[in-house]
Amino acid sequence: MREYNKLIFELSRPGRRAYSLPENDVQEVRIEELIPAEYLNDDELNLPEVSEVDIVRHYTNLANKNFGVDTGFYPLGSCTMKYNPKVNEDMANLDGFKNIHPRQPEETVQGALKLMYELDEALCEISGMDKVTLQPAAGAHGELTGLTLIRAYHEDRGDTKRTKIIVPDSAHGTNPASAMMAGFDVIEIKSTEEGLVDLESLKAALSDEVAGLMLTNPNTLGLFEKEIKEIADLVHEAGGLLYYDGANANAILGQVRPGDMGFDVMHFNLHKTFSTPHGGGGPGSGPVAVKKILIDFLPTPVIGKDGQRYYLNYDIPKTVGRMKDFYGHFGIMVRAYAYILSMGSDGLNKVSEMAVLNANYLAHRLKDHYSLPDDAIYKHEFVMAGLKSELSEITTLDVAKRLLDYGYHPPTVYFPLIVHEAMMTEPTESESKETLDEFADVLIEIAQEAKEKPENLKEAPHDTPVRRLDETLAARKPVLKYEG
Amino acid sequence: MKVAKDLYYTNDHEWLKVDGDEAYIGLSDFAQDSLGDIVYVELPEVDDEFDKDDAFSAVESVKAASDVFMPVDGKITEINEDLLDSPELLNEDSYENWIIKIEISDKSQLDDLMSSDEYEKFLDEEV
Repeated sequence: MREYNKLIFELSRPGRRAYSLPENDVQEVRIEELIPAEYLNDDELNLPEVSEVDIVRHYTNLANKNFGVDTGFYPLGSCTMKYNPKVNEDMANLDGFKNIHPRQPEETVQGALKLMYELDEALCEISGMDKVTLQPAAGAHGELTGLTLIRAYHEDRGDTKRTKIIVPDSAHGTNPASAMMAGFDVIEIKSTEEGLVDLESLKAALSDEVAGLMLTNPNTLGLFEKEIKEIADLVHEAGGLLYYDGANANAILGQVRPGDMGFDVMHFNLHKTFSTPHGGGGPGSGPVAVKKILIDFLPTPVIGKDGQRYYLNYDIPKTVGRMKDFYGHFGIMVRAYAYILSMGSDGLNKVSEMAVLNANYLAHRLKDHYSLPDDAIYKHEFVMAGLKSELSEITTLDVAKRLLDYGYHPPTVYFPLIVHEAMMTEPTESESKETLDEFADVLIEIAQEAKEKPENLKEAPHDTPVRRLDETLAARKPVLKYEG
Repeated sequence: MKVAKDLYYTNDHEWLKVDGDEAYIGLSDFAQDSLGDIVYVELPEVDDEFDKDDAFSAVESVKAASDVFMPVDGKITEINEDLLDSPELLNEDSYENWIIKIEISDKSQLDDLMSSDEYEKFLDEEV
């Protein structure tokens, strides 16, 4: 059934049903009496008519084509595709969490509020920050929230000429995009040869028009910005604030804290670092943690505690307002909370140690076969620059496509932009040495194949439901809707 | 990599071709080759004014999105609208298919740009 490739509409037959509704026991009202005729659609509804077994088979067959962390190794750099323990799902499925309504009175959802309050506290402890908003829906939304807070901070001080945000050229693409969304102009600064922030470029970019710097540490090359204290001092002296992109927090859990490095505001990706499912629509969750100087601007409500009672605190006079309907993605918070408690502080320490060890082990096994621009000690991920042999016609894309034949999700490719033919690999702490060895063996075999049978790589993948797709055609002439 | 003669070049791989007080601006062959298949070109509007080093366009390929920068100060007098429907023109011939035409504000800024020979050397040494 691997070849299964039907649309639910193709299964449709007039009159076929998968259900029978009980007899209607409320009075029927004609829709024309409720909605003015000009707003009514008089086209026929094109809905599929399918029996129950056909629906079940259809979606089961489609689901079987999925690839996820539960299917196989998924070393997608920068995405932290770690295993999501099933106990987290059990906790999120508890009746008292799953079946509550956001408009329920506070006294009936004390447990849920307590969980949010304690998650806030745990994230503060982990990050060295002072208070958290759990509202942001995911990482980029967290960035927008954090930058909005930075702007509110400067405006509150009457410092209105700070309209620029500095972003290094190795940054995640979301950083400059979020800065633009938040109404800032972006100054991009070049990295050093090693791929770290260039202090001279930073100094040249700083001025009284700079609102802040966005930084990922370790950065997208998997390298720790060792001069972070000096970077922080420079930005603060110039009157700017520091934003920490928490995408790579898996590398530093329990080792070092953004708050101690001098950052003023940051987001976590609960769906990366704290092991909640992601990909395929999420949802994600991107809590933003701030230092004291930004607490007064946090989105409302934040979770408050009064004696033994937990409540939604709307009393923040300088708040930037709401960033999300209701309180954020609560089900994801439950999973992250369960993860933090089941790991404990020792466990979280071990996470970053094992994530770093796994990345370096894999880099070490591959560096004779693939080009490794920095022969350094990496953090949780590393970036290779294509095959070792520069003469090879085989590109990183060919290697990535060939990996599909072996049942692996390929690493992130062609990012970061500052590395030619980039292949960004993040194994995470979840994987055993055997898995890492098997993956390394396959990549080495592919490197060998590049020399002996390059055409085999150019034509890859061979063993997938569809062969190599024409990405260019898809981007230039996208087909965006179903036409039956 | 092809380097067309009698053009000015920037470190960011734009070219500039002087035409009286005006100039055509486009991407070098090296730039289009590095980007890979270009799928979208964002264009400024006629009469927009830009300073040297301002981003006046963005080019999106299957690999990346990249800003295109002004080699000198100037005002847009023409844009190559063919690129909107056929971004692949930049891959086919990036010298024939210019992106914008500008009125040069200060011709002395041309002295800061590289000649074709200098750019060729730059590609050999720096890239």
